[in-house]
Amino acid sequence: MSSLDSLYQQIILEESKTRRGADLPNEQLQGLHLPQNVGQCHQLNPVCGDEITLRIETASDAVSGIHWAGDGCAISMASASILSDMVVGLERAEVHALIGNFREVMRSRGKLEADEDLLGDAAALSGVSKYPARVKCAMLAWVAAEDALNQTS
Amino acid sequence: MTGSAVHEHTSALNDVEVVRIRNDFPILEQHVNGKPLVYLDSGATSQNPFSVMEAEQEYYEQRNSAVHRGAHTLAVAATDSFEDARETVAAFIGAETNELVWTQNATAGLNLIAYSFGNASVGAVSAQAQRFALSAGDEVLVTEMEHHANLIPWQEVCRRTGATLRYIPVHDDGTLDMDAAANLLNERTKVFSFTHVSNVTGVINPVSELTALAHAAGALVVLDACQSAPHLPLDVKALDVDFAVFSGHKMLGPTGIGGLYGRAELLDAMPPFLTGGSMITTVTMDRAEYLPAPQRFEAGTQPISQAVALAAAANYLHETGMERIHDWEASLGQRLVSGLEAIEGIRVLGPASGIPRAGLASFEVAGVHAHDVGQYLDAAGIAVRVGHHCAQPLHRRLGLNASTRASTYLYNTSADVDAFLAAVAGLRGYFGVEGE
Repeated sequence: MSSLDSLYQQIILEESKTRRGADLPNEQLQGLHLPQNVGQCHQLNPVCGDEITLRIETASDAVSGIHWAGDGCAISMASASILSDMVVGLERAEVHALIGNFREVMRSRGKLEADEDLLGDAAALSGVSKYPARVKCAMLAWVAAEDALNQTS
Repeated sequence: MTGSAVHEHTSALNDVEVVRIRNDFPILEQHVNGKPLVYLDSGATSQNPFSVMEAEQEYYEQRNSAVHRGAHTLAVAATDSFEDARETVAAFIGAETNELVWTQNATAGLNLIAYSFGNASVGAVSAQAQRFALSAGDEVLVTEMEHHANLIPWQEVCRRTGATLRYIPVHDDGTLDMDAAANLLNERTKVFSFTHVSNVTGVINPVSELTALAHAAGALVVLDACQSAPHLPLDVKALDVDFAVFSGHKMLGPTGIGGLYGRAELLDAMPPFLTGGSMITTVTMDRAEYLPAPQRFEAGTQPISQAVALAAAANYLHETGMERIHDWEASLGQRLVSGLEAIEGIRVLGPASGIPRAGLASFEVAGVHAHDVGQYLDAAGIAVRVGHHCAQPLHRRLGLNASTRASTYLYNTSADVDAFLAAVAGLRGYFGVEGE
Protein backbone atom coordinates (compact mmCIF):
# COMPACT_ATOMS: atom_id res chain seq x y z
CA MET A 1 0.00 0.00 0.00
CA SER A 2 1.44 3.41 -0.96
CA SER A 3 1.61 5.97 1.82
CA LEU A 4 -1.13 7.91 0.08
CA ASP A 5 -3.32 4.81 0.12
CA SER A 6 -2.58 4.27 3.80
CA LEU A 7 -3.77 7.82 4.43
CA TYR A 8 -6.87 7.52 2.29
CA GLN A 9 -8.01 4.01 3.14
CA GLN A 10 -11.25 2.89 1.51
CA ILE A 11 -13.15 3.18 4.78
CA ILE A 12 -12.04 6.82 5.09
CA LEU A 13 -13.14 7.71 1.57
CA GLU A 14 -16.51 6.06 2.26
CA GLU A 15 -17.02 7.61 5.68
CA SER A 16 -16.12 11.04 4.28
CA LYS A 17 -19.18 10.74 2.06
CA THR A 18 -21.50 8.94 4.51
CA ARG A 19 -20.92 11.61 7.16
CA ARG A 20 -22.79 9.85 9.95
CA GLY A 21 -24.18 12.27 12.52
CA ALA A 22 -24.06 15.22 10.11
CA ASP A 23 -27.64 16.20 10.82
CA LEU A 24 -27.37 19.29 12.99
CA PRO A 25 -29.88 21.73 11.46
CA ASN A 26 -28.68 25.14 10.28
CA GLU A 27 -30.92 27.01 12.71
CA GLN A 28 -29.21 25.19 15.60
CA LEU A 29 -25.66 26.27 14.71
CA GLN A 30 -25.65 29.07 17.26
CA GLY A 31 -26.32 26.59 20.05
CA LEU A 32 -28.55 28.98 21.99
CA HIS A 33 -30.53 27.96 25.09
CA LEU A 34 -29.14 24.44 25.35
CA PRO A 35 -30.26 22.40 28.37
CA GLN A 36 -27.59 21.35 30.86
CA ASN A 37 -27.28 17.86 29.46
CA VAL A 38 -26.35 19.20 26.00
CA GLY A 39 -23.03 20.77 24.94
CA GLN A 40 -22.01 22.24 21.62
CA CYS A 41 -18.70 23.37 20.17
CA HIS A 42 -17.53 25.07 16.97
CA GLN A 43 -14.03 24.32 15.67
CA LEU A 44 -12.31 25.93 12.71
CA ASN A 45 -8.96 25.15 11.15
CA PRO A 46 -7.98 28.54 9.70
CA VAL A 47 -5.21 27.00 7.60
CA CYS A 48 -7.55 25.10 5.30
CA GLY A 49 -11.04 26.16 6.31
CA ASP A 50 -12.13 22.81 7.80
CA GLU A 51 -15.06 23.64 10.04
CA ILE A 52 -17.37 21.74 12.36
CA THR A 53 -20.13 22.54 14.84
CA LEU A 54 -20.68 19.47 16.99
CA ARG A 55 -23.34 18.80 19.63
CA ILE A 56 -23.28 16.11 22.28
CA GLU A 57 -26.34 15.05 24.29
CA THR A 58 -25.97 13.15 27.54
CA ALA A 59 -28.32 11.11 29.71
CA SER A 60 -27.31 9.72 33.14
CA ASP A 61 -23.62 10.39 32.48
CA ALA A 62 -23.48 8.64 29.12
CA VAL A 63 -23.58 10.05 25.62
CA SER A 64 -27.08 9.67 24.22
CA GLY A 65 -26.71 11.56 20.97
CA ILE A 66 -24.22 13.32 18.68
CA HIS A 67 -25.06 15.70 15.84
CA TRP A 68 -22.85 17.92 13.76
CA ALA A 69 -22.67 20.19 10.76
CA GLY A 70 -19.48 20.98 8.93
CA ASP A 71 -17.41 20.95 5.83
CA GLY A 72 -13.84 20.07 5.15
CA CYS A 73 -11.38 17.59 3.74
CA ALA A 74 -11.96 13.85 3.52
CA ILE A 75 -9.90 13.24 6.66
CA SER A 76 -11.87 15.67 8.82
CA MET A 77 -15.26 14.53 7.56
CA ALA A 78 -14.45 10.82 7.84
CA SER A 79 -13.10 11.37 11.32
CA ALA A 80 -16.31 13.12 12.41
CA SER A 81 -18.39 10.34 10.88
CA ILE A 82 -16.42 7.56 12.58
CA LEU A 83 -16.50 9.38 15.92
CA SER A 84 -20.27 9.79 15.66
CA ASP A 85 -20.64 6.06 15.20
CA MET A 86 -18.53 5.25 18.24
CA VAL A 87 -19.52 7.47 21.13
CA VAL A 88 -23.25 6.97 21.57
CA GLY A 89 -23.80 4.81 24.64
CA LEU A 90 -20.32 5.38 26.09
CA GLU A 91 -19.90 6.66 29.65
CA ARG A 92 -18.31 10.10 30.04
CA ALA A 93 -15.04 8.60 31.29
CA GLU A 94 -14.94 6.16 28.39
CA VAL A 95 -15.33 8.99 25.88
CA HIS A 96 -12.48 10.91 27.49
CA ALA A 97 -10.28 7.81 27.43
CA LEU A 98 -11.13 7.21 23.78
CA ILE A 99 -10.33 10.79 22.79
CA GLY A 100 -7.12 10.71 24.83
CA ASN A 101 -5.99 7.53 23.12
CA PHE A 102 -6.86 8.85 19.66
CA ARG A 103 -4.95 12.07 20.32
CA GLU A 104 -1.91 10.13 21.48
CA VAL A 105 -1.89 8.04 18.30
CA MET A 106 -2.41 11.11 16.10
CA ARG A 107 0.49 12.97 17.70
CA SER A 108 2.88 10.02 17.50
CA ARG A 109 4.26 10.84 14.03
CA GLY A 110 3.52 7.27 12.98
CA LYS A 111 5.33 5.71 15.96
CA LEU A 112 2.29 4.37 17.83
CA GLU A 113 0.32 1.42 16.50
CA ALA A 114 -3.40 2.08 16.78
CA ASP A 115 -5.21 -0.41 19.04
CA GLU A 116 -8.18 -1.55 16.97
CA ASP A 117 -9.94 -3.01 20.01
CA LEU A 118 -9.90 0.43 21.57
CA LEU A 119 -10.24 2.69 18.55
CA GLY A 120 -12.38 0.55 16.24
CA ASP A 121 -12.81 2.15 12.82
CA ALA A 122 -10.88 5.19 14.02
CA ALA A 123 -7.75 3.03 13.84
CA ALA A 124 -8.00 3.48 10.07
CA LEU A 125 -7.07 7.12 10.66
CA SER A 126 -3.71 6.18 12.16
CA GLY A 127 -2.03 6.78 8.76
CA VAL A 128 -2.72 10.48 9.35
CA SER A 129 -0.17 10.59 12.15
CA LYS A 130 2.65 10.42 9.59
CA TYR A 131 1.40 13.68 8.08
CA PRO A 132 1.80 16.36 10.77
CA ALA A 133 -0.02 18.92 8.59
CA ARG A 134 -3.12 16.71 8.58
CA VAL A 135 -3.35 15.80 12.27
CA LYS A 136 -5.52 18.85 12.93
CA CYS A 137 -7.94 17.63 10.27
CA ALA A 138 -8.36 14.29 12.00
CA MET A 139 -8.60 15.86 15.45
CA LEU A 140 -11.15 18.55 14.56
CA ALA A 141 -14.32 16.62 15.50
CA TRP A 142 -12.67 14.99 18.49
CA VAL A 143 -11.58 18.31 19.97
CA ALA A 144 -15.11 19.62 19.42
CA ALA A 145 -16.60 16.52 21.10
CA GLU A 146 -14.29 16.86 24.09
CA ASP A 147 -15.24 20.49 24.59
CA ALA A 148 -18.96 19.83 24.04
CA LEU A 149 -18.92 16.99 26.54
CA ASN A 150 -17.15 19.15 29.14
CA GLN A 151 -19.98 21.66 28.89
CA THR A 152 -22.56 19.10 30.00
CA SER A 153 -23.41 18.11 33.53
CA MET B 1 26.39 42.66 -11.47
CA THR B 2 26.46 39.60 -9.29
CA GLY B 3 23.91 37.58 -11.24
CA SER B 4 25.15 34.50 -13.03
CA ALA B 5 22.29 34.13 -15.46
CA VAL B 6 23.87 34.19 -18.86
CA HIS B 7 20.97 33.47 -21.14
CA GLU B 8 20.02 34.59 -24.62
CA HIS B 9 18.21 37.88 -24.43
CA THR B 10 16.94 38.27 -27.92
CA SER B 11 14.35 35.54 -28.39
CA ALA B 12 11.36 34.42 -26.36
CA LEU B 13 11.94 32.03 -23.47
CA ASN B 14 11.33 28.41 -24.39
CA ASP B 15 11.58 25.00 -22.77
CA VAL B 16 15.18 24.49 -23.88
CA GLU B 17 16.35 27.68 -22.21
CA VAL B 18 14.17 27.07 -19.13
CA VAL B 19 15.86 23.71 -18.66
CA ARG B 20 19.18 25.62 -18.63
CA ILE B 21 17.75 28.14 -16.16
CA ARG B 22 16.76 25.28 -13.87
CA ASN B 23 20.42 24.33 -13.52
CA ASP B 24 20.86 27.54 -11.54
CA PHE B 25 18.32 26.34 -8.95
CA PRO B 26 19.74 23.36 -7.04
CA ILE B 27 16.60 22.74 -4.97
CA LEU B 28 14.62 21.85 -8.09
CA GLU B 29 16.80 18.81 -8.80
CA GLN B 30 15.45 16.72 -5.96
CA HIS B 31 12.86 13.96 -5.83
CA VAL B 32 9.84 14.27 -3.54
CA ASN B 33 7.96 11.12 -2.54
CA GLY B 34 9.93 9.21 -5.16
CA LYS B 35 8.95 11.57 -7.99
CA PRO B 36 10.89 14.43 -9.59
CA LEU B 37 9.86 17.64 -7.83
CA VAL B 38 7.39 19.76 -9.78
CA TYR B 39 7.42 23.06 -7.95
CA LEU B 40 4.25 25.05 -8.67
CA ASP B 41 4.09 27.17 -5.53
CA SER B 42 6.20 30.17 -6.46
CA GLY B 43 3.22 32.44 -5.78
CA ALA B 44 3.79 31.58 -2.12
CA THR B 45 7.57 31.58 -2.18
CA SER B 46 10.10 31.28 -4.99
CA GLN B 47 13.37 29.37 -5.10
CA ASN B 48 16.88 30.86 -5.05
CA PRO B 49 19.47 30.60 -7.81
CA PHE B 50 23.12 29.97 -6.91
CA SER B 51 24.00 33.63 -7.49
CA VAL B 52 21.61 34.76 -4.74
CA MET B 53 22.87 32.28 -2.18
CA GLU B 54 26.48 33.04 -3.14
CA ALA B 55 25.92 36.78 -2.72
CA GLU B 56 24.66 36.25 0.82
CA GLN B 57 27.52 33.89 1.68
CA GLU B 58 30.10 36.19 0.13
CA TYR B 59 28.78 39.10 2.17
CA TYR B 60 29.20 37.12 5.40
CA GLU B 61 32.63 35.83 4.39
CA GLN B 62 34.02 39.20 3.30
CA ARG B 63 32.17 42.25 4.59
CA ASN B 64 29.75 41.49 7.43
CA SER B 65 29.51 44.55 9.66
CA ALA B 66 27.07 47.17 10.94
CA VAL B 67 26.03 49.70 8.31
CA HIS B 68 25.76 53.48 8.62
CA ARG B 69 27.71 53.59 11.89
CA GLY B 70 31.37 52.96 12.42
CA ALA B 71 34.45 54.13 10.62
CA HIS B 72 36.32 50.88 10.14
CA THR B 73 36.96 49.32 6.77
CA LEU B 74 34.46 46.49 7.06
CA ALA B 75 31.72 48.90 8.13
CA VAL B 76 32.36 51.02 5.07
CA ALA B 77 32.36 47.97 2.77
CA ALA B 78 29.12 46.68 4.33
CA THR B 79 27.47 50.09 3.97
CA ASP B 80 28.56 50.26 0.32
CA SER B 81 27.10 46.80 -0.37
CA PHE B 82 23.88 47.67 1.42
CA GLU B 83 23.39 50.94 -0.45
CA ASP B 84 24.49 49.45 -3.80
CA ALA B 85 21.80 46.84 -3.26
CA ARG B 86 19.25 49.60 -2.72
CA GLU B 87 20.30 51.27 -5.96
CA THR B 88 20.00 47.98 -7.88
CA VAL B 89 16.58 47.04 -6.51
CA ALA B 90 15.23 50.59 -6.83
CA ALA B 91 16.29 50.66 -10.48
CA PHE B 92 14.66 47.24 -10.95
CA ILE B 93 11.23 48.77 -10.17
CA GLY B 94 11.91 52.13 -11.84
CA ALA B 95 12.41 54.11 -8.63
CA GLU B 96 15.07 56.56 -7.46
CA THR B 97 17.46 55.09 -4.90
CA ASN B 98 16.22 57.25 -2.01
CA GLU B 99 12.64 56.15 -2.73
CA LEU B 100 13.19 52.53 -1.71
CA VAL B 101 12.75 51.61 1.94
CA TRP B 102 13.80 48.13 3.06
CA THR B 103 11.07 46.26 4.87
CA GLN B 104 10.70 42.70 6.08
CA ASN B 105 8.27 41.93 3.25
CA ALA B 106 5.19 43.37 1.53
CA THR B 107 3.07 42.84 4.64
CA ALA B 108 5.48 44.94 6.67
CA GLY B 109 5.49 47.60 3.94
CA LEU B 110 1.70 47.88 3.94
CA ASN B 111 1.64 48.05 7.72
CA LEU B 112 4.32 50.74 7.63
CA ILE B 113 2.15 52.91 5.40
CA ALA B 114 -1.05 52.30 7.37
CA TYR B 115 0.66 52.90 10.73
CA SER B 116 2.40 56.01 9.45
CA PHE B 117 -0.94 57.40 8.31
CA GLY B 118 -2.37 56.40 11.68
CA ASN B 119 0.45 58.26 13.42
CA ALA B 120 -0.34 61.32 11.29
CA SER B 121 -3.92 61.12 12.58
CA VAL B 122 -3.27 61.49 16.32
CA GLY B 123 -1.71 64.16 18.50
CA ALA B 124 0.34 67.10 17.28
CA VAL B 125 1.98 66.43 13.94
CA SER B 126 3.86 68.60 11.50
CA ALA B 127 1.92 70.57 8.91
CA GLN B 128 3.35 68.40 6.14
CA ALA B 129 2.27 65.19 7.91
CA GLN B 130 -1.32 66.38 8.18
CA ARG B 131 -2.05 65.47 4.58
CA PHE B 132 -1.87 61.79 5.61
CA ALA B 133 -4.27 62.17 8.54
CA LEU B 134 -7.45 60.09 8.50
CA SER B 135 -10.59 60.90 10.43
CA ALA B 136 -14.35 60.31 10.44
CA GLY B 137 -15.78 61.10 7.02
CA ASP B 138 -12.62 60.03 5.19
CA GLU B 139 -12.61 56.83 3.18
CA VAL B 140 -9.97 54.21 2.54
CA LEU B 141 -10.66 52.12 -0.54
CA VAL B 142 -9.46 48.58 -1.30
CA THR B 143 -10.80 45.82 -3.55
CA GLU B 144 -12.58 42.56 -2.88
CA MET B 145 -9.63 40.61 -4.31
CA GLU B 146 -7.05 41.79 -1.76
CA HIS B 147 -4.69 39.52 0.14
CA HIS B 148 -5.35 39.87 3.87
CA ALA B 149 -2.08 41.84 4.08
CA ASN B 150 -3.67 44.63 2.04
CA LEU B 151 -6.94 44.53 3.94
CA ILE B 152 -6.37 44.13 7.66
CA PRO B 153 -3.86 47.01 8.12
CA TRP B 154 -6.51 49.29 6.59
CA GLN B 155 -9.28 47.81 8.75
CA GLU B 156 -7.14 48.59 11.76
CA VAL B 157 -6.20 52.15 10.80
CA CYS B 158 -9.86 52.87 10.03
CA ARG B 159 -10.86 51.47 13.40
CA ARG B 160 -8.32 53.71 15.13
CA THR B 161 -9.12 56.90 13.22
CA GLY B 162 -12.85 56.62 12.51
CA ALA B 163 -12.33 56.59 8.74
CA THR B 164 -14.55 54.29 6.66
CA LEU B 165 -13.15 51.29 4.77
CA ARG B 166 -14.86 50.57 1.45
CA TYR B 167 -14.13 48.07 -1.27
CA ILE B 168 -14.57 47.69 -5.00
CA PRO B 169 -16.39 44.42 -5.77
CA VAL B 170 -15.26 41.89 -8.37
CA HIS B 171 -17.25 40.25 -11.16
CA ASP B 172 -17.93 36.51 -11.26
CA ASP B 173 -14.79 36.04 -13.37
CA GLY B 174 -12.68 37.72 -10.70
CA THR B 175 -12.07 40.94 -12.64
CA LEU B 176 -12.59 44.28 -10.95
CA ASP B 177 -15.91 46.10 -11.37
CA MET B 178 -14.57 49.25 -13.05
CA ASP B 179 -17.95 51.01 -12.98
CA ALA B 180 -18.05 50.57 -9.22
CA ALA B 181 -14.43 51.75 -9.03
CA ALA B 182 -15.35 55.00 -10.78
CA ASN B 183 -18.23 55.53 -8.32
CA LEU B 184 -16.34 54.58 -5.19
CA LEU B 185 -13.38 56.86 -5.91
CA ASN B 186 -14.67 60.24 -4.76
CA GLU B 187 -13.58 63.35 -2.88
CA ARG B 188 -13.81 61.45 0.44
CA THR B 189 -11.29 58.82 -0.70
CA LYS B 190 -7.93 59.53 0.97
CA VAL B 191 -6.17 56.27 0.14
CA PHE B 192 -6.75 53.67 -2.54
CA SER B 193 -4.74 50.51 -1.99
CA PHE B 194 -5.04 47.64 -4.43
CA THR B 195 -3.19 44.66 -5.80
CA HIS B 196 -1.49 44.71 -9.18
CA VAL B 197 -2.05 40.97 -9.75
CA SER B 198 -4.49 38.78 -7.80
CA ASN B 199 -2.70 35.96 -5.99
CA VAL B 200 -5.83 33.80 -6.42
CA THR B 201 -7.24 34.45 -9.90
CA GLY B 202 -4.17 35.80 -11.68
CA VAL B 203 -6.22 38.82 -12.78
CA ILE B 204 -3.96 41.72 -13.77
CA ASN B 205 -5.55 45.00 -12.74
CA PRO B 206 -5.43 48.09 -15.01
CA VAL B 207 -3.11 50.04 -12.73
CA SER B 208 -2.71 53.17 -14.85
CA GLU B 209 -6.45 53.56 -15.34
CA LEU B 210 -7.21 53.04 -11.64
CA THR B 211 -4.40 55.36 -10.60
CA ALA B 212 -5.68 58.12 -12.90
CA LEU B 213 -9.18 57.78 -11.39
CA ALA B 214 -7.76 57.87 -7.88
CA HIS B 215 -5.55 60.89 -8.51
CA ALA B 216 -8.44 62.74 -10.13
CA ALA B 217 -10.31 62.16 -6.86
CA GLY B 218 -7.32 63.37 -4.85
CA ALA B 219 -6.50 59.99 -3.31
CA LEU B 220 -3.06 58.53 -2.64
CA VAL B 221 -2.43 55.25 -4.47
CA VAL B 222 -0.78 52.23 -2.84
CA LEU B 223 0.08 49.31 -5.13
CA ASP B 224 0.54 45.80 -3.76
CA ALA B 225 3.15 44.60 -6.24
CA CYS B 226 3.83 41.33 -4.42
CA GLN B 227 2.63 39.21 -7.36
CA SER B 228 3.80 41.57 -10.10
CA ALA B 229 7.33 42.73 -9.23
CA PRO B 230 8.65 39.14 -9.55
CA HIS B 231 6.83 38.37 -12.77
CA LEU B 232 6.51 41.36 -15.09
CA PRO B 233 8.39 44.56 -15.95
CA LEU B 234 7.43 46.95 -13.15
CA ASP B 235 7.92 50.69 -13.53
CA VAL B 236 6.41 52.52 -10.59
CA LYS B 237 7.06 55.91 -12.21
CA ALA B 238 5.35 54.98 -15.45
CA LEU B 239 2.38 53.59 -13.48
CA ASP B 240 2.37 56.84 -11.47
CA VAL B 241 1.52 55.11 -8.17
CA ASP B 242 2.42 56.90 -4.94
CA PHE B 243 3.53 53.79 -3.06
CA ALA B 244 4.29 50.19 -3.95
CA VAL B 245 5.32 47.17 -1.87
CA PHE B 246 6.88 43.82 -2.71
CA SER B 247 8.50 40.78 -1.07
CA GLY B 248 12.00 39.52 -1.83
CA HIS B 249 11.27 35.85 -1.27
CA LYS B 250 8.71 35.84 -4.09
CA MET B 251 11.33 37.13 -6.57
CA LEU B 252 14.20 34.66 -6.15
CA GLY B 253 15.48 36.42 -3.01
CA PRO B 254 15.76 35.34 0.60
CA THR B 255 13.04 35.66 3.24
CA GLY B 256 13.08 38.63 5.61
CA ILE B 257 13.60 41.32 2.99
CA GLY B 258 11.18 43.34 0.92
CA GLY B 259 10.74 46.83 -0.37
CA LEU B 260 8.50 49.84 -0.02
CA TYR B 261 8.58 52.40 -2.79
CA GLY B 262 7.22 55.86 -2.06
CA ARG B 263 7.49 59.12 -3.92
CA ALA B 264 10.33 61.00 -2.23
CA GLU B 265 8.29 64.02 -1.16
CA LEU B 266 5.70 61.75 0.42
CA LEU B 267 8.18 59.57 2.31
CA ASP B 268 10.00 62.61 3.67
CA ALA B 269 6.72 64.10 4.92
CA MET B 270 5.29 60.97 6.54
CA PRO B 271 5.65 60.33 10.27
CA PRO B 272 7.87 57.35 11.08
CA PHE B 273 6.42 53.99 12.10
CA LEU B 274 9.14 52.06 13.94
CA THR B 275 11.45 54.39 15.84
CA GLY B 276 14.86 53.94 17.43
CA GLY B 277 18.46 53.86 16.32
CA SER B 278 19.77 54.81 12.87
CA MET B 279 16.73 56.86 11.83
CA ILE B 280 17.38 60.09 13.78
CA THR B 281 19.43 63.28 13.63
CA THR B 282 19.20 64.91 17.08
CA VAL B 283 17.83 63.18 20.18
CA THR B 284 17.20 64.76 23.57
CA MET B 285 15.45 63.25 26.57
CA ASP B 286 12.24 64.91 25.39
CA ARG B 287 12.13 64.45 21.64
CA ALA B 288 13.87 63.45 18.42
CA GLU B 289 14.40 64.74 14.89
CA TYR B 290 14.21 62.24 12.08
CA LEU B 291 16.34 61.59 9.03
CA PRO B 292 14.80 61.85 5.59
CA ALA B 293 13.72 58.69 3.77
CA PRO B 294 14.75 55.97 3.43
CA GLN B 295 16.63 55.95 6.77
CA ARG B 296 13.58 57.59 8.39
CA PHE B 297 11.83 54.20 8.13
CA GLU B 298 14.77 51.92 8.85
CA ALA B 299 15.08 51.84 12.63
CA GLY B 300 17.49 49.35 14.11
CA THR B 301 19.92 47.00 12.40
CA GLN B 302 18.67 46.17 8.94
CA PRO B 303 18.59 42.86 7.03
CA ILE B 304 21.87 43.65 5.28
CA SER B 305 22.86 40.29 3.80
CA GLN B 306 19.27 39.80 2.66
CA ALA B 307 19.32 43.16 0.85
CA VAL B 308 22.57 42.18 -0.86
CA ALA B 309 21.06 38.84 -1.89
CA LEU B 310 17.87 40.51 -3.11
CA ALA B 311 19.97 42.73 -5.36
CA ALA B 312 21.55 39.57 -6.80
CA ALA B 313 18.03 38.26 -7.42
CA ALA B 314 17.03 41.49 -9.18
CA ASN B 315 20.15 41.19 -11.34
CA TYR B 316 19.32 37.61 -12.23
CA LEU B 317 15.78 38.59 -13.23
CA HIS B 318 16.97 41.65 -15.14
CA GLU B 319 19.56 39.66 -17.06
CA THR B 320 17.01 37.02 -17.97
CA GLY B 321 14.61 39.77 -19.03
CA MET B 322 11.35 40.63 -17.28
CA GLU B 323 9.44 40.92 -20.54
CA ARG B 324 10.53 37.42 -21.54
CA ILE B 325 9.72 36.05 -18.10
CA HIS B 326 6.27 37.61 -18.25
CA ASP B 327 5.58 36.23 -21.72
CA TRP B 328 6.76 32.75 -20.75
CA GLU B 329 4.65 32.66 -17.60
CA ALA B 330 1.64 34.01 -19.49
CA SER B 331 1.93 31.05 -21.87
CA LEU B 332 2.25 28.64 -18.92
CA GLY B 333 -0.80 30.28 -17.34
CA GLN B 334 -2.83 29.68 -20.49
CA ARG B 335 -1.57 26.10 -20.65
CA LEU B 336 -2.68 25.60 -17.05
CA VAL B 337 -6.14 27.06 -17.57
CA SER B 338 -6.98 25.42 -20.88
CA GLY B 339 -5.71 22.09 -19.51
CA LEU B 340 -7.78 22.39 -16.34
CA GLU B 341 -10.88 23.43 -18.28
CA ALA B 342 -10.64 20.20 -20.26
CA ILE B 343 -10.85 18.03 -17.10
CA GLU B 344 -14.33 17.05 -15.91
CA GLY B 345 -15.35 18.37 -12.51
CA ILE B 346 -12.78 21.18 -12.42
CA ARG B 347 -13.82 24.80 -12.02
CA VAL B 348 -11.11 27.35 -12.66
CA LEU B 349 -11.37 30.60 -10.68
CA GLY B 350 -10.84 33.82 -12.58
CA PRO B 351 -10.74 34.52 -16.29
CA ALA B 352 -11.35 31.71 -18.80
CA SER B 353 -8.63 30.48 -21.14
CA GLY B 354 -7.70 32.94 -23.86
CA ILE B 355 -8.09 35.92 -21.54
CA PRO B 356 -4.86 37.39 -20.15
CA ARG B 357 -3.85 36.31 -16.66
CA ALA B 358 -0.65 35.82 -14.71
CA GLY B 359 1.08 32.43 -14.80
CA LEU B 360 -1.07 30.85 -12.15
CA ALA B 361 -4.43 29.12 -11.80
CA SER B 362 -6.61 28.39 -8.78
CA PHE B 363 -9.35 25.82 -9.08
CA GLU B 364 -11.99 23.79 -7.33
CA VAL B 365 -12.40 20.04 -7.77
CA ALA B 366 -16.01 18.87 -7.46
CA GLY B 367 -16.32 16.44 -4.56
CA VAL B 368 -12.70 16.74 -3.41
CA HIS B 369 -11.59 19.25 -0.79
CA ALA B 370 -8.55 21.39 -1.63
CA HIS B 371 -6.58 19.91 1.26
CA ASP B 372 -7.02 16.42 -0.20
CA VAL B 373 -6.12 17.73 -3.66
CA GLY B 374 -2.85 19.08 -2.29
CA GLN B 375 -2.07 15.82 -0.50
CA TYR B 376 -2.72 13.77 -3.63
CA LEU B 377 -0.54 16.04 -5.76
CA ASP B 378 2.24 16.00 -3.15
CA ALA B 379 2.34 12.21 -3.40
CA ALA B 380 3.04 12.76 -7.10
CA GLY B 381 5.90 15.13 -6.25
CA ILE B 382 3.88 18.20 -7.18
CA ALA B 383 3.95 21.19 -4.80
CA VAL B 384 0.89 23.47 -4.92
CA ARG B 385 -0.83 25.77 -2.46
CA VAL B 386 -4.17 24.84 -0.89
CA GLY B 387 -6.54 26.83 1.28
CA HIS B 388 -7.85 30.37 1.02
CA HIS B 389 -4.47 31.82 0.01
CA CYS B 390 -4.95 34.63 2.56
CA ALA B 391 -7.92 35.89 0.55
CA GLN B 392 -11.00 34.75 2.44
CA PRO B 393 -13.32 37.54 1.19
CA LEU B 394 -12.50 36.72 -2.45
CA HIS B 395 -13.10 33.00 -1.89
CA ARG B 396 -16.42 33.79 -0.19
CA ARG B 397 -17.36 36.00 -3.15
CA LEU B 398 -16.55 33.18 -5.56
CA GLY B 399 -18.63 30.77 -3.47
CA LEU B 400 -16.06 28.54 -1.79
CA ASN B 401 -13.90 28.22 1.33
CA ALA B 402 -10.73 26.92 -0.20
CA SER B 403 -9.10 26.26 -3.54
CA THR B 404 -5.93 24.75 -4.97
CA ARG B 405 -3.41 27.01 -6.70
CA ALA B 406 -0.67 26.13 -9.15
CA SER B 407 1.69 29.07 -9.72
CA THR B 408 4.63 29.15 -12.11
CA TYR B 409 7.90 31.02 -12.42
CA LEU B 410 10.73 31.35 -14.92
CA TYR B 411 12.10 27.92 -13.98
CA ASN B 412 8.91 26.00 -14.81
CA THR B 413 8.68 24.06 -18.06
CA SER B 414 5.69 23.04 -20.16
CA ALA B 415 6.44 19.53 -18.88
CA ASP B 416 5.87 20.74 -15.30
CA VAL B 417 2.40 21.98 -16.27
CA ASP B 418 1.64 18.78 -18.16
CA ALA B 419 2.71 16.58 -15.23
CA PHE B 420 0.44 18.62 -13.00
CA LEU B 421 -2.51 18.35 -15.41
CA ALA B 422 -2.04 14.59 -15.74
CA ALA B 423 -2.12 14.22 -11.96
CA VAL B 424 -5.22 16.42 -11.62
CA ALA B 425 -6.97 14.27 -14.23
CA GLY B 426 -6.63 11.27 -11.89
CA LEU B 427 -7.94 13.03 -8.79
CA ARG B 428 -11.67 12.44 -8.90
CA GLY B 429 -11.23 8.79 -9.81
CA TYR B 430 -8.93 8.25 -6.83
CA PHE B 431 -11.36 9.86 -4.41
CA GLY B 432 -14.29 7.95 -5.92
CA VAL B 433 -16.34 10.96 -6.97
CA GLU B 434 -16.10 10.55 -10.74
CA GLY B 435 -19.48 10.87 -12.43
CA GLU B 436 -21.09 12.24 -9.26
